Amino acid sequence: MNALLKLLQTNARLSSSELADRLGIDESQVEEKLAVFETDGTVLGYHAVVDRDKTDNRDVSALIEVKLTPEREGGFNRLAERIAKFDQVSNCYLMSGGYDLAVVVEGSDLREVASFVSDKLSTLEGVVSTATHFQLKVYKQNGFLATSAAEPKRLPVTP
Amino acid sequence: MKPLEERIASQVSRIPRSGIRDFFELVQGRDDVISLGVGEPDFATPWHIREAAIYSMEQGETSYTSNLGLLSLRESISSYVEDLFNVSYDPASEILVTVGVSEALDLVCRALLNPGDEVVYHEPCYVSYCPSIVMAYGKAVAVETKVEDEFVLKAEDVAAKITDNTRMILLNFPTNPTGAVEPVSELKKIADLAIEHDLIVVSDEIYCELLYGGETGMEQGEHTSIASFPGMKERTILLHGFSKAFAMTGFRLGYACAPAVLTEAMMKIHQYSMLCAPIMSQNAAIEALKNGAGPVEEMRRAYAERRNLLLKRFREMGVPCFTPGGAFYAFPDIRKFGLSSKEFAHRLLEEEDVAVVPGTAFGEAGEGSVRCCYATAYDKLEIALDRIAAFVSRL
Repeated sequence: MNALLKLLQTNARLSSSELADRLGIDESQVEEKLAVFETDGTVLGYHAVVDRDKTDNRDVSALIEVKLTPEREGGFNRLAERIAKFDQVSNCYLMSGGYDLAVVVEGSDLREVASFVSDKLSTLEGVVSTATHFQLKVYKQNGFLATSAAEPKRLPVTP
Repeated sequence: MKPLEERIASQVSRIPRSGIRDFFELVQGRDDVISLGVGEPDFATPWHIREAAIYSMEQGETSYTSNLGLLSLRESISSYVEDLFNVSYDPASEILVTVGVSEALDLVCRALLNPGDEVVYHEPCYVSYCPSIVMAYGKAVAVETKVEDEFVLKAEDVAAKITDNTRMILLNFPTNPTGAVEPVSELKKIADLAIEHDLIVVSDEIYCELLYGGETGMEQGEHTSIASFPGMKERTILLHGFSKAFAMTGFRLGYACAPAVLTEAMMKIHQYSMLCAPIMSQNAAIEALKNGAGPVEEMRRAYAERRNLLLKRFREMGVPCFTPGGAFYAFPDIRKFGLSSKEFAHRLLEEEDVAVVPGTAFGEAGEGSVRCCYATAYDKLEIALDRIAAFVSRL
């Protein structure tokens, strides 16, 4: 993958000049490239990776396996895009294997998620079944470990 | 009773104290030091490799292995080396797994040198080259490489040092401490010299995965091994290992690839001294070769980013620094400040708490430079560079 994108994926807060230093190019080149990525939708957005367990936020998150009936024209796309548009849905993927869509739903409590599934999701025409799994604890999120690993210790001077 | 100093074998007493060790002791007493003085990655070994070592121990794999190393590891090394160096070695007879490249080099010297045999090598260089030769009763003949030539080893300079007693040429590209990469054309000329004078070439290529290609160093550079030239495999001993690219320094694992007769001779010493490399390290290494390419490339990119920062900052400070093509060292030229390498490093440590290694720790040819290792966390490197800038502005 593009080196600029790789860097932003691990730390989106780096300024253009910091990015330029690391990549050995000019700041203006970084800004040009970023503008292209943002315009063509390669970069969808920037966000902080927050470990909710360390905040007072009691929101819950569930992974829902959804089975769909594919349509003659367009397969799963129309329905999947419709599901993805709900604000409660944070992630939505088409999957291979035993079910079709993996949908991550966020809510303020268990009941809110449950009612989204029963009222909105499972009543959609074409949704065959759903299976809801609530998330209990985060160990790793977007490439970041929730419990920080000890820093490796080195001798100060070695050959 | 005779003083104990006089009991020390003469070739051992002749070896001077390591400049690295001297400096280490100075640094150790200080708290707030940012060290660019290390010769190893700042990353812990990639988890999948550590996990493989743990698993192998859980499975009870805690025994001796074949003296040469696990056959499955030698097979993996054989195909890795063939991919990377374009030379093929028979896992059954041409590969010896050692406790780091340092052991491999010691074996080479002890297996191939008779007292007084000369080894031509280039300085500045890794600290163990000269002592390894001397401890094997050989004569170490240094060829100076210069910053003006970007630390390229010139074949004509090698030729000038070849005598009737020369047996080996010892090479290390990319080079610790300079980060220099030998141009293929010059490497070819050195190969021709080796053939013409019937010399063995020992090539320590421990940093060969860490090459910075393209204009900004972000791309993987291409490595050429001297062993891959026609007529060279039969006279080359290729040394490589896992410490640098795979961040496995503590696993102590290296290997030598060489014609069967030479491998057998090295194995004779290895079997009575080490017996074999630790099996847990060998199991970890199998995993490293199987699935390590991704993490290696990620670390290489991280080094490339730091290298870019460091070069830019040295430029801004007005410190001349040759652009290193490989490894994770920069070797800035500090002559304009009128201090010796040692004075520069000591004062930088005293005044700004940044540790760099005096170039002279790597041989006399290192005078006028200091080694800065950029395998250091980016934010720490930034602070270290700020401190260096403050220091040089006062000189």
